[in-house]
Amino acid sequence: MTDRDRTAPRKESEEDVVDDISEVTETESEGDSLDELLDEIDSVLEENAEEFVKNYVQKGGQ
Amino acid sequence: MALPRVIGTETEFGVTIRNKADFNPALASALVVNSYPGRKVQVQWSYEEESPGRDARGFGHEGFGVADPDSALVNSVLSNGARVYVDHAHPEYSGPECADPLEAALHDKVGELVMFEALRRAQRTLPSGQVLKLYKNNSDGKGNSYGAHENYLLSRETPFGRVIRYSIPFFVSRQIVTGAGKVGSENGRPGIPFQITQRADFFEEQVGLETTLKRPIVNTRDEPHGDPSKYRRLHVIIGDANLSETQTFLKLGMTALFLAALEDDALPETLELDDPVEACWQVSHDVDLRRPIGLEAGGSATALELQFRYLGWLEKYAEAELEGDAWGSVLATWRSVLEDLEADPMSCADRLDWVAKKRIVDGYRARDGLEAHDSKLRALDLQYHDIDPAHGLYHRLVAAGRMQRLFDDGELERSMSEPPPGTRAFFRGRCVSRFPTALVAANWDSLVFDTGEPHLRRIPMMEPLRGTRDIVGPLLDRVDDASELIEALGG
Repeated sequence: MTDRDRTAPRKESEEDVVDDISEVTETESEGDSLDELLDEIDSVLEENAEEFVKNYVQKGGQ
Repeated sequence: MALPRVIGTETEFGVTIRNKADFNPALASALVVNSYPGRKVQVQWSYEEESPGRDARGFGHEGFGVADPDSALVNSVLSNGARVYVDHAHPEYSGPECADPLEAALHDKVGELVMFEALRRAQRTLPSGQVLKLYKNNSDGKGNSYGAHENYLLSRETPFGRVIRYSIPFFVSRQIVTGAGKVGSENGRPGIPFQITQRADFFEEQVGLETTLKRPIVNTRDEPHGDPSKYRRLHVIIGDANLSETQTFLKLGMTALFLAALEDDALPETLELDDPVEACWQVSHDVDLRRPIGLEAGGSATALELQFRYLGWLEKYAEAELEGDAWGSVLATWRSVLEDLEADPMSCADRLDWVAKKRIVDGYRARDGLEAHDSKLRALDLQYHDIDPAHGLYHRLVAAGRMQRLFDDGELERSMSEPPPGTRAFFRGRCVSRFPTALVAANWDSLVFDTGEPHLRRIPMMEPLRGTRDIVGPLLDRVDDASELIEALGG
């Protein structure tokens, strides 16, 4: 977890520009990172997706 | 500068109990609300000053009841100044009013922690096999929506017609920054695999008093929760509930800035749209951010182009008029998000819920070869919003260091019981922790005490920026009980 200082957004926005450039040239590592993410999610994903989705019905609110 | 902004958020959570045949959402919501163990006072919520049927355009509405009397049974005011209650068959967290957008975003996130703690306690009372779940989202994917509202204090002097004209294009284009993402569409809108927001499909009017049907882009509820001769409260119902801390901060900050500039007459153009209601869902359905939206003055612009124009104006406005770190951070975050959305929307996956969710959904589609409307993708959508850190996909992204954060866990936990210092929420929250038995009724703008005298004593709080730690802190430290407090206040 990366905790951020209250005034951090300005600093991080500068770093983001650098990230963008590196993402263009490192598509392979982006792919690895996505595979890793999906594997992580597999381990917590609700088992019966159809039932899970079907049974989630809400009353309308505001 | 315009009036200092007072900001607060209110969130209706989706609720369900798995494996319970006769699940009743109102009862489940009441169970959650009543289970919260933190310092709180279960009070009669006083509806005396509430008037959700009052219209900011100046005409009254007959036949609008004040509130469901049953909802008064499940109302808690917390020592952080928040209100937790049941609204429309959903548990709702209304955060305390805050004096800046960072604090308001913090308290919005605190609401998730409060609700999860309440859920954990409530779960213990259920038979084994039944599982209580809460989701911070705005749609069940079946045409039912529930809200995440923002509130901004405005000056009564600002003509409401002006607010309507200027803010509709802002709210419509803002969706690319504020969306929480959704698989599919609802409410008769064209079918689409994925869209930017949870809520856009449900907006059917430009302006109106309703919040539960034919939802309007600008809601005219005129209920200032303060001195009505001085204030309005703009009740914004078009936003999504956000999990991303950065996104909540940005949403509240950019909107507060926009409204300040609107009140100071610092917006050069209205940017009015040809057809705002159509544009609302069209912007949300346009995940590539390329669709031109017709402008009333002629020509067209994409939502992203409109947002860049607002940003440019507000950067100039802030430089001339504003001080304070929070506003500099708002503008810097806003600029970096818009520039990243322009370069490659997916580069915002660590800051915007809709992008983070889309990355997961696209990844599953590609890896498992799924159709656009596969139940698995809808399940991913829903599970993104699960407030349980062990199951919610947003929380899994945070745990893996894939989402930027603004707040640390200690700060969030403290704010479950500590009120924000800069508004009357400080006074409300402190009265809950200091005088829990004497405090018998509450409202946003008053507290009622039973001090054992023949009559109840009501303390009005019509000024949102009074009752702060600086103003009432020393007094609250000095008095021993509610009687002394009322006496000290000149009661």
